[in-house]
Amino acid sequence: MNTEKPSPPSARLDAAAIAELIRTGKRKELVFAILGVFCLAIAILTLTAAFLSLLLDGWSRIRPEFFVNFPSRRAAEAGILSAWVGSFMVLIVTMVAAVPLGVGAAIYLEEYGQKGGWIKDVIEINVTNLAGVPSIIYGLLALGLFVYYFKFGQSVLSAGLTLALLILPIVIVATREALRSVPVHIREAAYGVGATRWQMVSQHLVPYSAGGILTGIIIGLARAIGETAPVITIGALTFIAFLPPSPISTEPPFLNFDWLFSPFTVLPIQMFNWVSRPDSSFHASAAGAGLVLLAMCLAMNALAIYIRYQVRKKIKW
Amino acid sequence: MTTASSTSSLPTPDAAPNRLHFKFTRNLKERFIEAILLFCGLVAVFTTLAIMFVLVTEALPFFNHVSIVDFFTDTLWTPLFAEPRYGILPLVSGTLTVAGVALLLAIPLGTVIAIYLSEFAPHGVREVVKPALEMLEAVPTVVFGYFALLVVTPLLQTIFPELPGFNMLSAGLVIGVLVTPYISSVAEDAMRAVPMAMREGAYAVGATKLQVAVSIVTPAAISGIVAAYILAVSRAVGETMVVAIAAGTNPQFTFNPMDQAATISAYIVQVALGDLPHASIGYQSIFAAGLVLVVMTLIFNIVGHWVRKRFRESY
Amino acid sequence: MVTSSQARAATPAVETQHYKAEVRNLNFYYGSFHSLKNISFKLEANKATALIGPSGCGKSTLLRCFNRLHDLYPGNRYEGSIVLLPDNVNILDRKVDPIEVRMRIGMVFQKPNPFPKSIFENVAYGLRVRGMNNKTELADRVEAALKGAALWEEVNHRLDDLAFNLSGGQQQRLCIARALATDPEILLFDEPTSALDPIATSSIEELIQDIKHKVTILIVTHNMQQAARVSDYTAYMYLGDLIEFGVTSELFVKPKDKRTEDYITGRFG
Repeated sequence: MNTEKPSPPSARLDAAAIAELIRTGKRKELVFAILGVFCLAIAILTLTAAFLSLLLDGWSRIRPEFFVNFPSRRAAEAGILSAWVGSFMVLIVTMVAAVPLGVGAAIYLEEYGQKGGWIKDVIEINVTNLAGVPSIIYGLLALGLFVYYFKFGQSVLSAGLTLALLILPIVIVATREALRSVPVHIREAAYGVGATRWQMVSQHLVPYSAGGILTGIIIGLARAIGETAPVITIGALTFIAFLPPSPISTEPPFLNFDWLFSPFTVLPIQMFNWVSRPDSSFHASAAGAGLVLLAMCLAMNALAIYIRYQVRKKIKW
Repeated sequence: MTTASSTSSLPTPDAAPNRLHFKFTRNLKERFIEAILLFCGLVAVFTTLAIMFVLVTEALPFFNHVSIVDFFTDTLWTPLFAEPRYGILPLVSGTLTVAGVALLLAIPLGTVIAIYLSEFAPHGVREVVKPALEMLEAVPTVVFGYFALLVVTPLLQTIFPELPGFNMLSAGLVIGVLVTPYISSVAEDAMRAVPMAMREGAYAVGATKLQVAVSIVTPAAISGIVAAYILAVSRAVGETMVVAIAAGTNPQFTFNPMDQAATISAYIVQVALGDLPHASIGYQSIFAAGLVLVVMTLIFNIVGHWVRKRFRESY
Repeated sequence: MVTSSQARAATPAVETQHYKAEVRNLNFYYGSFHSLKNISFKLEANKATALIGPSGCGKSTLLRCFNRLHDLYPGNRYEGSIVLLPDNVNILDRKVDPIEVRMRIGMVFQKPNPFPKSIFENVAYGLRVRGMNNKTELADRVEAALKGAALWEEVNHRLDDLAFNLSGGQQQRLCIARALATDPEILLFDEPTSALDPIATSSIEELIQDIKHKVTILIVTHNMQQAARVSDYTAYMYLGDLIEFGVTSELFVKPKDKRTEDYITGRFG
């Protein structure tokens, strides 16, 4: 303290200097705000342009025949019947597999697994890592495991299970978030009247967080329906002029599971096939298939966003 | 339990054993359910193990035919020629070039959008823009492949007339826009998690909004921002359909985005589209290529993890 | 201004007062909530004025009017004026940029809020914002500010350390140094010791006494002993009203208003 230097002159600025600083500051802020809007515009205009290009090229194909025709060598007659039926069947398998597995895993991680226990840690690390694995790798996994090792063949079942594994992390993460949003005192209230853990989970936790869980499931399924690469990898065919056998038959036992093992194609693959033809007359069909696919994906996502919004509005713990 | 029930005025003497019995089955049922739930959780672990197992066991026979040294040093990838060559470098160069173009676009774009949405945009704008960006994430990539091949490439050809119909530039740019929402949403979440008190501290000494955003919020959120970049790198490296449609399928050892080239994932798709017999060398080659892709993403993730650890915020 | 104060100083018998700011009929609204009602008082230069009152009384809201922090959030509205003397500018005027106000009036917050930067950069931040980039000048000013905040001895050997590594009391003194570096005309303290232990609290209180000679101080506190210890004037607020304003020693000994008396004798609050 004794060796103190003379203190520097006041750092106060006069009014003119402050005004100048503020002027420059405002100018830079304006430049940045313009830049921000510009970057946003690039992203959103690209989305719009992609949508418009599909609409312009493909709208002429959106006719009833397009949905009930099989693909054809003649572009004008080509339709997406086998593709949308295939997509629908694959999606059913995916849903049946991914929903119980994903919700069950999430319940285990949130409610059963010990905090800091090694089993829970190992599962958590794996879920995080799987979310970052490129989708084509799931295709290779399925090709080795489902197609050749389990001998499911290049079938609806293989494709559905592959996509189920692919969206498992999405379902798990969304379900955990939904479960976590139910406050502790609800759990304690259920335990307090003598509920077992499973009663608490099945009668309280899951119903109360159903909206959030549903949102996650829909987003996951929307992702599955647009996935192309893993389904190509397991060997979905690109030209299918027949439908898988019907799941319902007129004779006992009325249910028929042959469709699970049937060859198939899905919408994105049909679109891919048409885009990659050198003959540009098929591009309109590709755009038409793309429009249908995009409409399904966006509708599912919009539904998910809507449910999430409703849940947020309704529940106030 | 037993003492309680025997001293209480229960009507029948065999009520106590009944209650015990009830509890026993209840325990059994609870345990059974827990085991099922645990199994669901373990599916994630099985999946990881199965990925490694399948890739390694299917790729190993491939390396009986092709020496590892050739695999990593040969600059030709011509598995379908009469005299096939299996050098992975062309596929790696294609993958890195496309991802590089994508990130050169997506990192500045995503970061600026994140800063703008977190610090500048009025509430109403954010409410509209965020769902729109989520929609961008939801669009199937095959649609973007169509867009890259039939809209972006012709557009680029008006600027660069010598650009071939298949090229990595167009695929990379479209992938860049595609991964931008991943960066912007994760980075924005990280920025919004920066406590308001820290911003107020900066405003209180006279900082402008931009100064607060750039010199306080961004460094404070850097760990989350890096995580966003890593996510984008993984996506860009693994993206398949845009490349398979717009960049071509002809592997070339080149880092020039104006060339056509194949990436690892595009090669896998191309092979899978043909009808390769199980256990042929072509079949095995896609697993070897897939293994390289997994290792590449793994390296990016480890680097990202390390970077995040170094910059971990501690407010 | 200089001449007038000198003129007054020439007559030592009369207690000279010159004011740094005057609050005139200030009203403040959070949306439709009327949280400050017709507040008027004067802030004497180079003195410490304390704002006390039960929580929710509006004392922090009033403090944050002084550097227009409310402008950061939508839906807030000021009426009336806070006039900065001797320039006679109403800092609540729409035409006055809040940045100008904040450059002249510094603030120390309830919880220490250092930036994720080095100790040196934390203190230098306000100077850099003012466009100062000369290394030796920055170093001199940072050193002076850290000395002013009684932190220099503890940190001069590790100015490049991250500020988060300091203890809570040190962080708060760092935030004071950050505010002092820019040489503000008024320094606002918003319950600066509520997150600190007693030892750190007393060092901050000493510091406030030490810096009074060069900066006017307005401090919000929930602790009446603290108000009595550090302030020259005290304002008692209740439900958005300014109930009583006076010299601290008088207000605590002989409150004029029944509500002030109830509060300081601990009957509520």
